[in-house]
Amino acid sequence: MDWIVHASTYADSVDNAILLITWLVGFWFFLTLGIFFWLIIRYRAKPGVDAQYLTGGEAQPKKFITWIHMLVLVCDVFIVVAAIRVWVEVKQTLPETPETQTVRVIGQQWAWSFVHPGPDGQLDTPDDIKTVDDLHIEVDRPYIYELTSRDVMHSFSVISFRLKQDAVPGRVITGWFQATKAGDYMIQCAEMCGIGHGLMPATVHVETPEQHAAWQASQSGGAMLAQAGR
Amino acid sequence: MRPVATTRSTSGMTTGRLAVWWVICSEIVIFGGILGSYIMSRIAHDGWGHIGFAGSTNAYIGLTNTFVLLTSSLFAVLGHYAAEHEQDGPKAARYLYLTAGGGGLFLCIKAFEWTTEIGHGLTITANNFWSFYYVAAGVHASHVIAGMIIMLIVAQRAKKNLDLHRVELVGVYWHFVDLVWIFLFPLLYIAK
Amino acid sequence: MATAEVTHDAHDDHGHHADAGFVKKYLWSTDHKMIAMQYLVTGMAMALIGGFFAYVFRMQLAFPGVDVPGFGIVSPAEYNALVTNHGTIMIFWVAMPVLIAAFGNFLIPLMIGCDDMVFPKINRLSYQVFLLSAIVLVSSFFVQGGGFGGAWTAYPPLSAVSAYNLTPLGSTLWVVAVALEFVAFLLGGINFITTAMNSRAPGMRLYDIPMAVWMIVVASILFMASVGPLIAGAIMLIFDQTLHTGFFDPAKGGDPVLWQHLFWFFGHPEVYVVLLPALGFVAEIITTFSRKPLFAYRTVLYTVFGTGILSFTVWAHHQFISGIDPRMAHIFTITTLLISVPIAEMMFVYIATLYRGSITLTTPMLWALAFLGEFLIGGVTGIFLGASGPDIFYHDTYFVLAHFHYTFFPIAIIGSFAGLTYWWPKITGKMMNETLGKIHFWGTVIPFNLIFLPLFVLGQLGQHRRIYSYEGFGELMRDDVLLGMGMQDLRILATTALVVMLAFQFVFFLNVFLTLRKKEKDAGSNPYDANSLEWLAPSPPGHGNFAELPTVYRGPYEYSHPDRKAKGTDFWPQWEKE
Repeated sequence: MDWIVHASTYADSVDNAILLITWLVGFWFFLTLGIFFWLIIRYRAKPGVDAQYLTGGEAQPKKFITWIHMLVLVCDVFIVVAAIRVWVEVKQTLPETPETQTVRVIGQQWAWSFVHPGPDGQLDTPDDIKTVDDLHIEVDRPYIYELTSRDVMHSFSVISFRLKQDAVPGRVITGWFQATKAGDYMIQCAEMCGIGHGLMPATVHVETPEQHAAWQASQSGGAMLAQAGR
Repeated sequence: MRPVATTRSTSGMTTGRLAVWWVICSEIVIFGGILGSYIMSRIAHDGWGHIGFAGSTNAYIGLTNTFVLLTSSLFAVLGHYAAEHEQDGPKAARYLYLTAGGGGLFLCIKAFEWTTEIGHGLTITANNFWSFYYVAAGVHASHVIAGMIIMLIVAQRAKKNLDLHRVELVGVYWHFVDLVWIFLFPLLYIAK
Repeated sequence: MATAEVTHDAHDDHGHHADAGFVKKYLWSTDHKMIAMQYLVTGMAMALIGGFFAYVFRMQLAFPGVDVPGFGIVSPAEYNALVTNHGTIMIFWVAMPVLIAAFGNFLIPLMIGCDDMVFPKINRLSYQVFLLSAIVLVSSFFVQGGGFGGAWTAYPPLSAVSAYNLTPLGSTLWVVAVALEFVAFLLGGINFITTAMNSRAPGMRLYDIPMAVWMIVVASILFMASVGPLIAGAIMLIFDQTLHTGFFDPAKGGDPVLWQHLFWFFGHPEVYVVLLPALGFVAEIITTFSRKPLFAYRTVLYTVFGTGILSFTVWAHHQFISGIDPRMAHIFTITTLLISVPIAEMMFVYIATLYRGSITLTTPMLWALAFLGEFLIGGVTGIFLGASGPDIFYHDTYFVLAHFHYTFFPIAIIGSFAGLTYWWPKITGKMMNETLGKIHFWGTVIPFNLIFLPLFVLGQLGQHRRIYSYEGFGELMRDDVLLGMGMQDLRILATTALVVMLAFQFVFFLNVFLTLRKKEKDAGSNPYDANSLEWLAPSPPGHGNFAELPTVYRGPYEYSHPDRKAKGTDFWPQWEKE
């Protein structure tokens, strides 16, 4: 599915599951639709040709239907397994490697703010960098995000990563991602949050290590910088 | 004036009884929603058992009210017996008045209870336990009031030996209201 | 509408009936057919409002910031209120009153062969509460601060705290209106259940009940069994809004996700509540116009029961990424995929009914077939959303929106038109114009697909919902994504198709007007040679419905029975003895 760029490690997993569903569902859909239209055309009322009194209790159609059930169920099993595998990969694992860093993502009416760990790689230290509407990360580095909201429900969505997680006020929800392509990607808010819901686009800047270091250096240590949003 | 539709009983159950059970089923889900939410919230908050929360409800008043409602249900049963087996409308009506009276006493005790609690600052906004307390008990109390009104209407007809089958139906409703209280009582008063 | 031919014995004391005044006949009636019409007219009026809202917000999306003819410039707050109330109105004030209350009220006593509902006064009360709920909702648009704009799902804290939603009065009126609507349908349900179960004509066993009746009965049960928690939630939300309790406020120890569970526990069965009646109408129509029995009546019934029960186990697929415990997602993806089995079964069985039939493509049949084709798209696209992993991508995108319009539109609009065009002769005694009917049909269905197929594409490209203009989102303004069209072009295409579709609705109203204006009642009691009991009553049925209450001798779908062919007819009405 090359409709949207794949810019994270799990984007491919999500897309492959979608592709599997597309094939299986597409097969059944077109088959059913085809039979449906064929029946309408084939059995149009013709003078002298009567309808047949078929109630569905007859043995032969019943067996036929049973086979179809079994096939549908088998397809469902494949889909469920694919879905669960993707889900576990995205929502039930967290990277544990030493190069993993953590960023904080805070949604509010109506902006996204981010706390970056700064050059020391640790959050809650004096060199943390706080921004509004611009998240800066390094390509090919795993990140854990700690997501919360200051007021209402928001949702942190980066379609290029196939990342989405609701931000619930009063809770910190943890997730992860690892970007695979440098570039700037769009963040949308994916949960109705008031009149500014459509007015809080933000950007993820996926940078090479050099670009990232340069960005860090350009931020004076610890100061809150209001970055003009895109 | 009544349609023929009301005279048929294809399912074997009288229409009135079907209707009352339908109402009760829908009420079970409503109270289920309130109490389910309360229980889930209670589980998430250890502190709700303490003073200032559930610890401050008065179990003795709660117990008294339980006794009052159970007794009123007993009167409802006696009224049903009078209506169905003795065909004695005026007698059934008297029992229904007693049942409604029990409901009235329940409400008076509750009014006293709530006045005291509010006086001590335990209002609906004091904390989420008290929010649930007043909503759950309040929705229940509104059903007590509705039950009393219906009961008095049924009693007025029963006095003239009319629509005696309704005595049983309003009794069934009242037992349900009683049953909800039987759930509320331990959840709000005993679990501390 | 109801003529005053009273020949029925049980109504001796109705001497004054022929002189019922306007108020008693039209506004204060307890007759199920009149109450049905009240629900129908109210539902259709609300559909016009809901449709107008769609027109306005789609114009804003296609031409952001431009003055919308008939409305003006759309502010972000207004946009939110428009999408919120469009959804709310279409589900609660169009689909439910038309499919369940209007058709249920009209059809059930007729189809089971009795003279009215069991509790006519409660029936009247249910409409009055419903009308009140509609008035409360509409009033919410005109209060200070405007109408509620927190989406039809009304998630707190946005919906609970006026500092966040900026619509203090509108929010509360909205919740109160919805709560009143629930009460109205609980009251209505009393009649549907008791009448269908108890007041059937002699000889009508459970398996002789027409599918339309069964479906409405099961829908009522589903509604009743699922709405309770949301009524509880609505009470809690109203208290949060007005008394500032903290049921859903984390600052006060509450939980916003609690509302979501209460909402969706009802919200998911609700979609089956509205689906079932539409399926019921389709069953009646396709059997009549293919002159064949419903294929596997009992299977349909059992799958309906199965779907109904399963529908209570799937709700959190709406909440996969909302902050629920991730392990719960596995359960709900399994149950959601499971529920696709009985529904697929139902679709196969319906389609199998066409096999070896003798199909005439009348207007009602076109609508019924369109329901099947379009709902098929809606149903299969649901699989993408019910799978937890893919839903990470699809949640809150226009893919979801296109999916549920490919289910809801067939249900609420196609289903309603199917029912209306089919039973119109019975309701009014007059046949509708077939040519106008077909023009209206094609003018609705073709544009419908041109609205929502582009929206599937936009959703696949990651476009999120409830955003009033995509101009600020570079990745959502791409060029050349489909057949040379860019994303904004697709939005314009969808809006244009909507305007065309709305314009074609005039053809329907023209058809209604011309039909009603006809002097002669040209339909007769059974214009389709159909089998179910409503076709025994005169068109339109008088007070009491039947000159003589019928007895039932067989099921409702005995078309083309070999024994009847010998006698030269292909139908076998339920009321005919031999």
